[in-house]
Amino acid sequence: MNQAATAAADASAKPVIDIEKLSLTFQTNDGPVHALSEIELKIEEGDFVSFIGPSGCGKTTLLRVIADLEQPTAGSISVNGLTPHEARLKRAYGYVFQAAALYPWRTIAGNIALPLEIMGLSKAEQQQRIARNMELVNLAGFEKKFPWQLSGGMQQRASIARALSVEPDLLLMDEPFGALDEIVRDHLNEQLLQLWAKTNKTVVFVTHSIPEAVFLSTKIVVLCPRPGRIYDVIESDLPRDRTLDVRETPEFLKIAHRVREGLRAGHSYDD
Amino acid sequence: MTTDTAISPPRNLSPFAGLMRGTAGPVILVVAVIFAIWYLAAVLLNTPFQEGIYERAGQTDVPISQLITDTLAQERPVLPAPHQVVEEIYKTTVLKKITSKRSLIFHTGITLSSTMLGFVIGTVLGILLAIGIVHSRVLDKSLMPWVISSQTIPILAIAPMIIVVLNAVGISGLLPKAMISTYLSFFPVTVGMVKGLRSPEIIHLDLMHTYSASRAQTFWKLRFPYAVPYLFTSMKIGIAASLVGAIVGELPTGAVAGLGARLLAGSYYGQTVQIWSALIMAALLAGSLVGIVGMIEKLTLKRMGMAR
Repeated sequence: MNQAATAAADASAKPVIDIEKLSLTFQTNDGPVHALSEIELKIEEGDFVSFIGPSGCGKTTLLRVIADLEQPTAGSISVNGLTPHEARLKRAYGYVFQAAALYPWRTIAGNIALPLEIMGLSKAEQQQRIARNMELVNLAGFEKKFPWQLSGGMQQRASIARALSVEPDLLLMDEPFGALDEIVRDHLNEQLLQLWAKTNKTVVFVTHSIPEAVFLSTKIVVLCPRPGRIYDVIESDLPRDRTLDVRETPEFLKIAHRVREGLRAGHSYDD
Repeated sequence: MTTDTAISPPRNLSPFAGLMRGTAGPVILVVAVIFAIWYLAAVLLNTPFQEGIYERAGQTDVPISQLITDTLAQERPVLPAPHQVVEEIYKTTVLKKITSKRSLIFHTGITLSSTMLGFVIGTVLGILLAIGIVHSRVLDKSLMPWVISSQTIPILAIAPMIIVVLNAVGISGLLPKAMISTYLSFFPVTVGMVKGLRSPEIIHLDLMHTYSASRAQTFWKLRFPYAVPYLFTSMKIGIAASLVGAIVGELPTGAVAGLGARLLAGSYYGQTVQIWSALIMAALLAGSLVGIVGMIEKLTLKRMGMAR
């Protein structure tokens, strides 16, 4: 049934991200490093896809290839039917980094305005988008604060608002909550799901936390290192509107178990 | 948790304890030590000359207190005493009209104007060079060695050349002196700004990349604000160097006005008190200029939200 649904989606719309036989090799002084090898992946509109794997498996590199921050050495990739380069020039995606990367000399509103200024939007449009997106990440009222006056979690929410203000259909997130503590992370995960439900964006999310990946995703891509490749792709059958309680259900634990098995099998622990 | 166990800190009964706790105490102490060394050095350095005077006058057995008083009151001492310098500065600033050729304020003003002109040109030049160097590999490779080697030439050697060359093409007055200030002050600004413009983190540059920002946008919205603290640090060095440049620029021209001219005239006539008062004035001026740049820095960074 799942296959039939995928086939139907294929027929009606092109995938948002279509990766075929993609490889990326870094040339270093110690010889070539195969960061990505023969990656095949399709991401459909409205999907929440997580890349999970140990350090060095290429999950961040793959996300950076989608964002045109790295260039593949072989294979093909399209984003909204365009090359990543064209997609970047059209500002087709919003990117959230591991750190909030807010500019310390700009207020929170000023930081969110940054991409809007670069896009050349009118002041009125900027104000509107800032207000809307700060509301969306529950930061209304903090417009005039400087980044250092906010907690780490709030800073990361501001950086999400900044990515959303571009109003992309695609959100790329590189371990955005990796530096935050468990409690804040749980809270932000829940908020992120609500946000995703509200905006109906396609999200690609890099993480190394199994519960985070299972809780958030409709599709989990397990990667393994040396060379970086896809080991398993898991379609989640958890309901789309989930709360943190879903983590206690057998379905959740079953998926988490499969992810863990994949991580264990794909990783040789002899180093 | 009901008992109040607040213990007052033990009180130190030494009268100096309170003084040394803040910054005022140590500052006063350092000044006092400097003055003590200065007075001691003045007595020791001026003694041989004073003994010569006594010998010629046939005075013998001069009491030590007399010797000390005399060594600190010579007209042309090897090293003038602090109070002589202070007195000279007082006489040539407060008691003279500013328009007078003998007013130290008049001379300071002359030097200050070429310092400021040279500093402004030097800062602008430094920033422009840094922008070029950061954005172009060719400029980096071709300009940077010249920028560095320009500073290895002793300024005393090149200053007369600059004055002579500029005079030959008909430029005289304030500008040649200012050029020497520029020569010294553009360097720290260039080096500081190159460092500053290159200092944004990769993540910030990647962010601009994801917005497909142009080079100009990346410069104005990221690189330049990032470099502002570096700019102020280099400007503090630059403005002090500018003052040195202006004074040095006044020496080879036989200038009649300016702190450099006062130094020159003082050494012609052995007026050590005049030399020292010009030196102290130059130091005070440099200190104030650096202080003013520091104040502007504080205000700017506060406005930018970078100072907490």
